[in-house]
Amino acid sequence: MSTAQSLHQSRKRKNAVMMTLCVTAAGIGLAWLALILGALLYKGLSGVSPAVFTEMTPPPGDAGGLLNAIYGSIVMTIIGIVVGTPIGVLAGTYMAEYGRFSRLTTVVRFINDILLSAPSIIIGLFVYELLVRPMGHFSAIAGAVALSILVIPVVVRTTEDMLNLVPNALREAGTAIGAPRWVVIRSVAYRAALSGIVTGILLAIARISGETAPLLFTALNNQFWSSNLNAPMASLPVTIFQFALSPYEEWQQLAWTGALIITLTVLGLSIIARSLTGRREDR
Amino acid sequence: MTAVSEAATSSAMRTREATVRRFALTDMLFRTATRLSAILVLVLLGGVAISLIAGSWEALSKFGFSFLTTEAWNPVTENFGALAPIYGTIVTSAIAILIAVPIGIGIAVFLTELCPRPLRRPIGIAVELLAGIPSIIYGIWGLFVFAPFLQTTVQPLVIWLFKGIPGLNSLFAGPPYGIGLLTSSLILAIMVLPFITSITKDVFDTVPAVLKESAYGIGCTTWEVTRRVTIPYTRVGIMGGVMLGLGRALGETMAVTFVIGNAHRISASLFAPGTTISATIANEFTEADGNLYTSSLVSLGLILFIITFIILAVARYMLLRIDSRTGA
Repeated sequence: MSTAQSLHQSRKRKNAVMMTLCVTAAGIGLAWLALILGALLYKGLSGVSPAVFTEMTPPPGDAGGLLNAIYGSIVMTIIGIVVGTPIGVLAGTYMAEYGRFSRLTTVVRFINDILLSAPSIIIGLFVYELLVRPMGHFSAIAGAVALSILVIPVVVRTTEDMLNLVPNALREAGTAIGAPRWVVIRSVAYRAALSGIVTGILLAIARISGETAPLLFTALNNQFWSSNLNAPMASLPVTIFQFALSPYEEWQQLAWTGALIITLTVLGLSIIARSLTGRREDR
Repeated sequence: MTAVSEAATSSAMRTREATVRRFALTDMLFRTATRLSAILVLVLLGGVAISLIAGSWEALSKFGFSFLTTEAWNPVTENFGALAPIYGTIVTSAIAILIAVPIGIGIAVFLTELCPRPLRRPIGIAVELLAGIPSIIYGIWGLFVFAPFLQTTVQPLVIWLFKGIPGLNSLFAGPPYGIGLLTSSLILAIMVLPFITSITKDVFDTVPAVLKESAYGIGCTTWEVTRRVTIPYTRVGIMGGVMLGLGRALGETMAVTFVIGNAHRISASLFAPGTTISATIANEFTEADGNLYTSSLVSLGLILFIITFIILAVARYMLLRIDSRTGA
């Protein structure tokens, strides 16, 4: 009796200890992440001013803004999305519609998942070998291509997943009234999966707008305003990298402010993306 | 009269045939376009592998296998070895995983078993949002906030604490720089935490409620259910998540570049500055002069690519296994 009771006690004690550890883990993890965001808000907000959005990156020791870096980031992100999205959507379409049970799809899915989590600096090296070395100089185009390669796996994945969720009865209804396959895909499947596909694109934008490593030796950086796609172009992440590691206080402040801008952009995009699919799930 | 209707029918037939042919053609074109895009994904990965091999050829043919076992990294004498970056990459990632896995599993248990229902979704979403924060943010925080904090408080304390203990005193030897291997490991741990947590939580959710309920029914405690039912059932999936986090940690560039110190040497102390493969490439690639220097950096990239490819392939294979089980 007493051994049974003590066994029960010790099991209860062990349970209490382990559960306390789990709660502590959750507390530590969330507090740590909150700490980072708090520091970012605190240090970043103090540098937010109209000048950040209207002036160029300054020379060392001067005041200035991040206009050319923000512009470069937007331009390269847009080109990356415009190039990467159609390829990603088409590949996802093949995997979910034409080749759902083919061997090619299995292989592409596996390779795509690896590409999805491959180190982005490797993509940077690839584009360096592919474009920068033959062209002989760094350029915004090379940066945009590197970003588009990061976009493709994200869009492929979400497009395939979302098209797979479209009920087959819808496709069969389309085929039954004589519509060819591509019309069924375009007017039925895409339309039913639209919010999911848009979510994938938003997630891709969120991913590439903070990417630094693939831009370091493709688009390089530029101290000045440049809209020439065939020349080095500044971008927000690379500017943050350069400014944060510098000894100048003005530059470090701009780095914090830039980091805050990127974080808010990425969080905003992820929340919009989530609310799009969230509505879908509730329906 | 009959002739006219015949002509009309045949012209209608012809339009109909033309339409069908046009449909078939467009469908063929669309199908080919989607197929080519899918193949392009394979070509991309193949292209990455080929370009890395081509770019690293010069260094690898000059140094051969000794590239992997040499610690020296001297741009002046053009003598390069990858041992220090490989060591740094593996040590920082291993420590990061050792820290992040227990905490990640703890959070996942908290979310699936203990958390009050109304809080479950918000916390789950918060964790997933944090997984999307760019690594440069973690880097800048590590450099300006975390490293000075470690330098002034934690590191002197630890060095003082372990001064007299053999083994530990060389592992935690001073001086306290703030930046270094351990700082990078901690930053990496914070970065991979959201990944490991959200994957573990997802695989925990695949455990059939009946299994857990029958364990609770015979009087098991929450911990016993977790330890004897949930974790064994999801072991493969958890391993997949851990490997995915490891792949992420190995290839992580910006967060590490800020706080590792970029020193090409292997020291016993975790407080010493070191370097990782990705940090070396990020720091030195644009400044590398000479083909051999560039080629050596690309070789580092190739090594990283091979390591992460293997890790990620194993991770995906494990996650596939748990997917097929829930599908069946």
